[in-house]
Amino acid sequence: MSTTFDTVANIISETCDIPRENIKPESHAIDDLGIDSLDFLDIAFAIDKAFGIKLPLEQWTQEVNEGKATTEQYFVLQNLCARIDELKAAKGA
Amino acid sequence: MQIEVFILVDRIRSLSIENGLVQCESAVPVDSSIYLGHFPGHPILPGVLLIESMAQTAGWLILAHTKFERFPFLSIVNDAKLRDFVTPGMQLLLEARLLHEGSGFFKTSNRVLVDGKLKCEAETTFRVMPFPSPVFRENVIAQARRVGFPAELVPNAG
Repeated sequence: MSTTFDTVANIISETCDIPRENIKPESHAIDDLGIDSLDFLDIAFAIDKAFGIKLPLEQWTQEVNEGKATTEQYFVLQNLCARIDELKAAKGA
Repeated sequence: MQIEVFILVDRIRSLSIENGLVQCESAVPVDSSIYLGHFPGHPILPGVLLIESMAQTAGWLILAHTKFERFPFLSIVNDAKLRDFVTPGMQLLLEARLLHEGSGFFKTSNRVLVDGKLKCEAETTFRVMPFPSPVFRENVIAQARRVGFPAELVPNAG
C-alpha cells in the first residue's frame, strides 16, 4: 500500500512533468519544485480525488497572506502530507 | 450566439444543481464579420469560440453553485478536442457537467453536440472569486435572466 507521500509525489510528477526522483518529503512545492498556483489547482484536484477530501486551499492562502502561517507549513511536502492525513482522519471520524 | 460581443449562449435548456448538469442552446450566426477571415469561401466557427462557448455554459452551472456570490474565471482547459466543423446556421446543444468542487475552484467536463453528433469536448477548471464590482454582478444577473436561468436561483441585483 502506497503512502500518502508516494501518492502525492506521483501526482506532482505526472501533473507537472517533474522527475519523480526529484520530489522529496522535504521539497517545498513552490520554492524547490517551481509549482505555481495554476499548476497547484490540477494537483489539488488530483489530491482531492485520490483521498476523497477537499484541501482547504483558500483558508491556507488566507492564513499565509495574513501572516498567520508560513508557506512551509502547507507546501513542504511532508507537511502537506501530514495535513492530508489529518483531513483523511477527520473524514473517517 | 452574439459573436461580436462574446455572448455565446442563447438559452439555458435545463440546469440541475443536484445532478451537476447544465444544458444550453445556441445558434451559430448565419452572417458574421468573423467569417470574412475564418475562412473566405469556407466559413466555420473558430475553435477558440467553441471552447469559450463551453466555458460560458459551465459558468452558468458554477454560478448556480455559488449563488451568484462568486464568479468563475476560466483558468485551465484540458483535453480539448475539436472533432468536426461547426458552420453558420447550426443549432448547438452545449452541455457541462460538474466534475469537482474544490476550495476556490471548480472543474467541469463539457461538450457540444449538433443533431446528436459530438462536435467538440474539453475539461475546464475555473477559479471562483468575489465579483470584482457590483456593476459586473448586476450585469451577470441581467444576463442570467436573458438566458432563462431558473428564476428561483436568480438573486435580486444589488
